Amino acid sequence: MREYRFERPGTVTEAVRRSGSDTAYLAGGTTLVDLMKLEVMTPGRVLDINRLPLRGLDATGGGLRIGALERMTDVAADPRVRLGYPMLSQALELSASGQLRNMASIGGNLLQRTRCGYFRDVSMPCNKRQPGSGCPAIRGENRMHAVLGTSDSCVATHPSDLAVALAALDARVQLQGRDGVRTVNLCDFYLLPADTPHLEHDLRPGELVTGVIVPRLDWAQRSIYLKIRDRQSYEFALSSAAVAIRREGDTIVEARVAVGGMGTRPWRLPAVERALAGRPATSNTYAAAATATVDGTRPLRHNAFKPELMQRTLIRALLELEQTR
Amino acid sequence: MTQYEGITRRGMLGLVGAAAATVPLDSGAAGAQAASGEVTVRMTVNGSATSLTVDPRVTLLDALRERLQLTGTKKGCDRGQCGACTVHVDGRRVVSCLTLLATLDGASVTTIEGLADGDRLHPLQQAFIEHDGFQCGFCTPGQIMSAAAVIAEGGARTDAEIREQMSGNICRCSAYPGILAAIRQARTEMR
Ligand SMILES: Cc1cc2nc3c(=O)[nH]c(=O)nc-3n(C[C@H](O)[C@H](O)[C@H](O)COP(=O)(O)OP(=O)(O)OC[C@H]3O[C@@H](n4cnc5c(N)ncnc54)[C@H](O)[C@@H]3O)c2cc1C
Ligand code: SF4
Ligand code: FES
Ligand code: FES
Repeated sequence: MREYRFERPGTVTEAVRRSGSDTAYLAGGTTLVDLMKLEVMTPGRVLDINRLPLRGLDATGGGLRIGALERMTDVAADPRVRLGYPMLSQALELSASGQLRNMASIGGNLLQRTRCGYFRDVSMPCNKRQPGSGCPAIRGENRMHAVLGTSDSCVATHPSDLAVALAALDARVQLQGRDGVRTVNLCDFYLLPADTPHLEHDLRPGELVTGVIVPRLDWAQRSIYLKIRDRQSYEFALSSAAVAIRREGDTIVEARVAVGGMGTRPWRLPAVERALAGRPATSNTYAAAATATVDGTRPLRHNAFKPELMQRTLIRALLELEQTR
Repeated sequence: MTQYEGITRRGMLGLVGAAAATVPLDSGAAGAQAASGEVTVRMTVNGSATSLTVDPRVTLLDALRERLQLTGTKKGCDRGQCGACTVHVDGRRVVSCLTLLATLDGASVTTIEGLADGDRLHPLQQAFIEHDGFQCGFCTPGQIMSAAAVIAEGGARTDAEIREQMSGNICRCSAYPGILAAIRQARTEMR
């Protein structure tokens, strides 16, 4: 690990003022410490933000507000999340391990880095880590990589489960920087790689994530996060689906659909949502809607199975959702 | 490679006691730090008050093993992937290999050495022996610390739940059936 100075700013304002291009904020450390050991991240200063007042989960008339430093375990267990937004609880509980969920924060989760093996190996080229050096994944090992939103520069998947569920819920990210506070839609917060894969977020230098807002959605009570993995537990998603359905009788009135393991960022599927709305809640409807997922997919040598897996994941999520309540 | 670099440059990543004068991190609103870059952390380990001055890169795992000679906590992957280094910080299970010691000022840490009641084994330790919950034993301290937290949180109600909750602890010898049986037994004894 490279040397760094360790600092503990006392207030949010001070944290933001002290932060610069050579600094990294430290929350749970489950991404940062790992990547500093690998020398993929080499900040000269580490700012420990754990004692800043960025905790708390508030349920207001307008929805939920989750402080950036809330831990994954606590958010997943909160009855307001568990009952009101089951897909959020499930996405969190199906992530990582019990130990890691105790450590990892909501803000850090959204900013975790890709698990692309070339990105994590400093002896390899990688456009995301070292702009212009090339992308060995495009012709190399790419089974876990993305089929949506890719470019000729980078095909890395975004690994967060939570972000997929939040994308389906139209969540917004609260930010504080030297120029004040602002709020951005989670889906816009994540940038497509295009020819600048090293730029991953709409995050200005030194800006701090202070919280996440989940707008109120009463029918999210009927929602699910389904995760398909190479092993039963403790593994990143090969494919996942976050689905919420509003039904009147046997008819689907509205739907929210996002998928994980597929895109370079959490991927909302408005075409599928439209294909579900106004239709009877039957397996025929699900199968027909799922075909809309494959639009624009760009499979690679080892992940050509992903578009079909995405359809099946979605259909199974819709069928399982029928069984709830 | 980095490890060796660290040894020559800073004396085993700062694990060797620092002679330079240091100040605690929280002194001053800014969180001051000695010019040497080292940080001083006061915490409780297995009930004893402890103060350590270390390079800020030192993990809780390395501090336990190299500074406090608490070698029960094992280093498996050192990347948060295997669970061998599991300990409790303020009553919650964490992986000590991804926990920076510098963040623990004021914290209370429990390791496998702090689990038994004097010479009386903790129910989980006894149950692991009775059910062959290990072969080589390398993953065992992490398994037991993890299981102790899972049972205390009420997350070990069914076999499926135990398997899911314990999935962050990998056993290369695949002693899983014995581990499951041991947790099932200790669950009733710990009630
Ligand atoms: C073995 C393993 C398995 C995993 N499995 C999964 C999985 O299945 N699903 C999944 O979704 N995730 C998984 N993860 C990833 C894990 O969820 C993330 O590492 C974690 O959520 C990051 O949160 P943290 O608080 O530890 O972040 P940190 O490591 O502290 O920070 C991560 C990054 O965000 C920055 N940062 C942190 N907080 C803020 C803030 N408030 N404002 C601005 N910047 C900030 C840091 O500077 C750093 O760059 C796994 C991780 C490991 C090690
Ligand atoms: S896919 Fe992206 S992260 Fe992976 S090697 Fe290519 S550029 Fe790097
Ligand atoms: S040594 Fe910490 S998880 Fe493997
Ligand atoms: S007993 Fe050998 S690794 Fe588990």
